[in-house]
Amino acid sequence: MLETPSTPAITRTIDARGSFCPGPLMELIRAIRESQVGDVIAVWSSDRGSKIDIPRWIEKAGHRLVALETRDGYDEIVVEKLR
Amino acid sequence: MNRILILGGGVGGTLVANLLVKRLRRPIDDGDVTLTVVDSKGSHVYQPGFMYIAMGGERAERLARPERSLLDRRVRLVVGDVVRIAPESHVVELADGQWLGYDHLVLATGSRIVPEAIEHFAQEAHHFYSAEAALKLRHALDAFTGGRIVVGIAGMPYKCPPAPLEVAFLMEAELRERGLREKSEIHFCSPIGRAFTIESVSDMATPILAQKGIELHTFFNVETIDPERKVVQSLEGEELPYDLLVLVPPHKGAQVLIDAGLAPAPGGWLPTDRHTLQVGGRPDVFALGDATDLPLSKAGSTAHFEAPVVAERIAARVLGREPDARAGSYEGKVVCFFEVGDGKGTLLQFDYDHPPNPPKPNRFWHLGKVVFNKTYWHTVPKGRV
Repeated sequence: MLETPSTPAITRTIDARGSFCPGPLMELIRAIRESQVGDVIAVWSSDRGSKIDIPRWIEKAGHRLVALETRDGYDEIVVEKLR
Repeated sequence: MNRILILGGGVGGTLVANLLVKRLRRPIDDGDVTLTVVDSKGSHVYQPGFMYIAMGGERAERLARPERSLLDRRVRLVVGDVVRIAPESHVVELADGQWLGYDHLVLATGSRIVPEAIEHFAQEAHHFYSAEAALKLRHALDAFTGGRIVVGIAGMPYKCPPAPLEVAFLMEAELRERGLREKSEIHFCSPIGRAFTIESVSDMATPILAQKGIELHTFFNVETIDPERKVVQSLEGEELPYDLLVLVPPHKGAQVLIDAGLAPAPGGWLPTDRHTLQVGGRPDVFALGDATDLPLSKAGSTAHFEAPVVAERIAARVLGREPDARAGSYEGKVVCFFEVGDGKGTLLQFDYDHPPNPPKPNRFWHLGKVVFNKTYWHTVPKGRV
């Protein structure tokens, strides 16, 4: 798990389990568009590609990957909107 | 009396109606079953042809036929807009005030484009998701004398996922033929981290993009268009200048489905069981085609292969039997052609468990698409293939 010293509180959780690529990424993009700078969004995805694609997108889009953790049958990816 | 009501006269609605006639001919003839299709225009449009208005000399008038001509005579066709669906009371209201009751409802309401969701889209961007827009793009291409072309996708999901790549390939071939290629750049923008959603198709298309000198921009989610500076900007912070901008417009499901509480806003895609095609766990409501939220191509082919499952399940309900385990379960089958330009194409065939393994592009699959487009009217809607 990636963690920074201060893990901010999650503002919104997207349960995209059962959705296939690019569903979870598209759900996250929609949430980012609707959020304010500083909001922290958690995405739950059971698609194996998400833990590669979503961090790549976060980096490209200039946001911050707060955490990435494999849970029971899915991955939780947490992102902070920076701009 | 069993009343079967089908909303939408596209591929899915038309084919379900005709397949149900085959399965329920006797009870329909005996007056025990009624079969009604409601369509807003009464005209069946072959939407895959739009791209060829822009790219292949197709004409709009050849892409539409009266819906009545495609339906079995036992099917009643009602032309009108659905303004309300009341699933609890099993009725549908039309704009003219007519109420239609049902015992089994099929939602084949398709998808709609919403270019207005992006400011300046209508003035600045071309697309090929209506006959009118495709003709406008054709005129813009005719007037194009070189410059920077940007092809992108302004919202997912959208109809016919290969179409923007096909258009990029076809435009590149056309510019070469017209001697304009050296004076032009073509940029292809994908909202995700590769050229196409399905990895194996992306692996096939990416080298073709490189070979044709089309620059690929990944993670480019169209956010704004600046008409003054002629640039399209992405959510990710990138911007691309254009002389000719071609964008797939954002798509949504039918508003009436959101209003009825059957599909969540803002997308309006129906929560559909991936095998039974039942909507929201309701035993008497089915969906197919673009209207569903299934993780599959929004394409006529998807509706084509879903329709027999819906017909089998409704026929079983009417006849008081269990649906056939095989015929009554959709396994995600989709088959579609994919043009790569220069008279070559390939074929994408896949289901939920088997990703496509497209053959090397060749002339055969391009001709396959040409033949399919021309014979569509006599085959798919009538349930002959």
